[in-house]
Amino acid sequence: MNPRRKKRLFAVVAAVFGIGASVGLTLYALQENINLFYTPSELVEGKGELKEKPQIGQKLRIGGMVVPGSVERDESSLDVSFKLIDTGPMVTIRYRGILPDLFREGQGIVAQGTLVETNVVEAFEVLAKHDEEYMPSEVAEAVKGIKHEKPKYNLNSEN
Amino acid sequence: MWKWLHPYAKAERAYQLCNTLLPYFAVIAVVGLLVGWVWGLAYAPADYQQKDSYRIIFIHVPSAIWSMGAYSSMAIAAIIALVWQIRNAELAVISIAPVGAAMTAIALITGAAWGKPMWGAWWVWDARLTSELILLFLYFGVLSLYHAFEDKKSGGRAACILAIVGVVNLPIIHFSVEWWNTLHQGSTITKFDTSAIDPSMLWPLLINIVAFAGVLGVVTLIRLKNEILRCEQHRPWVRELVNRG
Repeated sequence: MNPRRKKRLFAVVAAVFGIGASVGLTLYALQENINLFYTPSELVEGKGELKEKPQIGQKLRIGGMVVPGSVERDESSLDVSFKLIDTGPMVTIRYRGILPDLFREGQGIVAQGTLVETNVVEAFEVLAKHDEEYMPSEVAEAVKGIKHEKPKYNLNSEN
Repeated sequence: MWKWLHPYAKAERAYQLCNTLLPYFAVIAVVGLLVGWVWGLAYAPADYQQKDSYRIIFIHVPSAIWSMGAYSSMAIAAIIALVWQIRNAELAVISIAPVGAAMTAIALITGAAWGKPMWGAWWVWDARLTSELILLFLYFGVLSLYHAFEDKKSGGRAACILAIVGVVNLPIIHFSVEWWNTLHQGSTITKFDTSAIDPSMLWPLLINIVAFAGVLGVVTLIRLKNEILRCEQHRPWVRELVNRG
């Protein structure tokens, strides 16, 4: 390779590495902020090494799994409340509105809202998160023992 | 080692190569899309969770993969154009860019259409979606830089530099779902796990991915042929070509 080309190649490679390093460092510094949501245990026990807890009244997103049996619907309005869990403590979500199709007990969801108590979030948006696995219903039943039915809800009043 | 490549630096040989490759890509694109779409959209079984809505995967995933594939090819062409100063490579950069931008747009639009019923939102500012949007802007940047200069030589060089620098975004897109908490799910295909996607859905998906590569190839080659002709319009071989046809 002649020296001029070598020099240009070196300049190009150096530029890519330089910019790559600076972007990498920026993203590393912003790591906590790029995360879309808190997990329930991060919300209650604090996040990162400093154990920073969000303040009451703060707007945030929280993501976790809907605890089976925790969904409570109000009979006369769209109010719904449910509990989210990951590995540790549970967090209660209160929401008024229509839930997405994929919302089920045991499903991962992301809720956006305001922290009203240390473990209660009043959400104005609930999004369902699905995993990267795709399979026909019969296979899902055989492999995972999942049989999908419409979720049963615990109504507040008995009838 | 690379001697066999040298003749293609000449515009005429590159033009002939485009003509030779074009039919292969066209066949892959047409046959692949027909088989892939009919199989995927009509015959593949419905998903256990998302039912029929998941079928948009057969358009969303191939276009997203090739939005990144097109960018890497563009960046390789840009390195060749900058280091070896080969004009054909520069023309290749400018030929791929709009096709890649279209792939990115398709991935973003189908993603939004999929996100609304499944997640409950058209758009969320999570790391995967945002980095893919940045990819679209990078393509726009490359195109507008090229056309912003009166002198195509400096325009080409500026576009190439941006194309190379933007490569930094590709690993960010790919690993965004692993590095951060995102609403977007993890990778299905590159997760070499047995149960990530059932074979009855994986095969039509793979066929669609190959077919989209064909589409990318066809459109890029046609554009590259045009760019070569535009650059060489005063050369005798182009005159001859025009007079013959």
